Amino acid sequence: MANFEGRSLQCRRGGRDVFAGLSFVLPPGGALVLTGPNGSGKSSLLRLMAGLLRPTGGDLLWDGRSIATAPEAHAGRLHYLGHLDAVKPVLSVAENLSFWAALRGGAAAPEAALEAFALTELAALPGRLLSAGQRRRLALARLIAAPAELWLLDEPSVGLDHASVGRLAAAIADHRAGGGRVAVATHTALDLADPLRLSLDALAPPQLPEMVW
Amino acid sequence: MVSGFLLVIARDLRLALRQRADAWLAVLFFVLTAALFPFGVGPEPNLLARIAPGIIWVVALLAVLLSLERLFLADFEDGSLEQLLLSPLPLELAVLAKVLAHWLTTGLPLIAAAPLLAVLFHMDLAGLGVLLLAMLLGTPTLSLVGAVGAALTLGARRGGVLIPLLVLPLYVPALIFGVGATDAALQGFAVRPHLLLLGAVLLVMLVVTPLAGAAALRQALE
Repeated sequence: MANFEGRSLQCRRGGRDVFAGLSFVLPPGGALVLTGPNGSGKSSLLRLMAGLLRPTGGDLLWDGRSIATAPEAHAGRLHYLGHLDAVKPVLSVAENLSFWAALRGGAAAPEAALEAFALTELAALPGRLLSAGQRRRLALARLIAAPAELWLLDEPSVGLDHASVGRLAAAIADHRAGGGRVAVATHTALDLADPLRLSLDALAPPQLPEMVW
Repeated sequence: MVSGFLLVIARDLRLALRQRADAWLAVLFFVLTAALFPFGVGPEPNLLARIAPGIIWVVALLAVLLSLERLFLADFEDGSLEQLLLSPLPLELAVLAKVLAHWLTTGLPLIAAAPLLAVLFHMDLAGLGVLLLAMLLGTPTLSLVGAVGAALTLGARRGGVLIPLLVLPLYVPALIFGVGATDAALQGFAVRPHLLLLGAVLLVMLVVTPLAGAAALRQALE
């Protein structure tokens, strides 16, 4: 099956190199864990992988083809979970979830996704009444509600209680068992089986040779 | 793709329905601002009847302007825009769907309220049909042009203040042909050329807005 691959990626933001010469390979079923201090470019790398940002150097390849050649096809095969939860305050939990699921061609009745993050009892609650952790769980439920091959998770465990972190780890394990891949930026320990680690140094000078995990 | 387009429209309509204050705001602004003119220019019926089409159009334009800031801002701030960009639905179509929903919740209520103002201004009701037809062709253009402005100012601080500066000059063609059509009808001249030109502006914007709006949104999300 196809590899998801980054080749000597460079990211420049505000005239400053965030990182340069960064490479990775993410095979099916693989988990890439991004570590590094604040500002080292973990979020930028995830946004690059999602196609929200364009690399200033290097390329991202899916099955040997640059993702820039077919951005919509790439968007269709990934879930990106950033710092924002995309929860509408006036829509109920179930309405919030079914909109995104339907937009991605997922299940019409996303009960399983609600169940996976223990949201079933909150299904009728409007988004504005949710706590930060509950909103995060709702955002995570989107991952289950519509299948996608690649999960890009930026600090997915922020605000989650202990039990929910366990549910997240289980969801990721399930996803990987089905051949899905995941890239996570995280500071807290997530229980993942044999992850590939990619450490981003805070100051990656461009003249360094390629960093390979 | 079509179903995704409809989903976005349905979602925005549902959001508008749950937050009815936003839609009412535009209509109330429309009626209240127009109602100020008789106080400003005096209650002389002939004068009011003559300037009625112009007032209705200018006030409608300002009412649309008032509602533009929310068009993309809420989705931008809560991360929905990011998710829309990363959905299989092309962003161009998502922009078009959002503009259509905006028109349904802003432009259409204005058209519904326009006869009230026409009566208030003692406008010759023979011109009412043309006024409504011109608004039906012109208000979608206001939403479409405004959407580009709203998308362009997303990343900017105090973007809401920038929108009128960007958008108002671009509203001039719709204003000229919209008022022209109604005036022509009232004075017994041919209405068709004005309406055709309004339609032409609408068609151009139907193409320009999705492309320009989507490009601006991508830029804002980088």
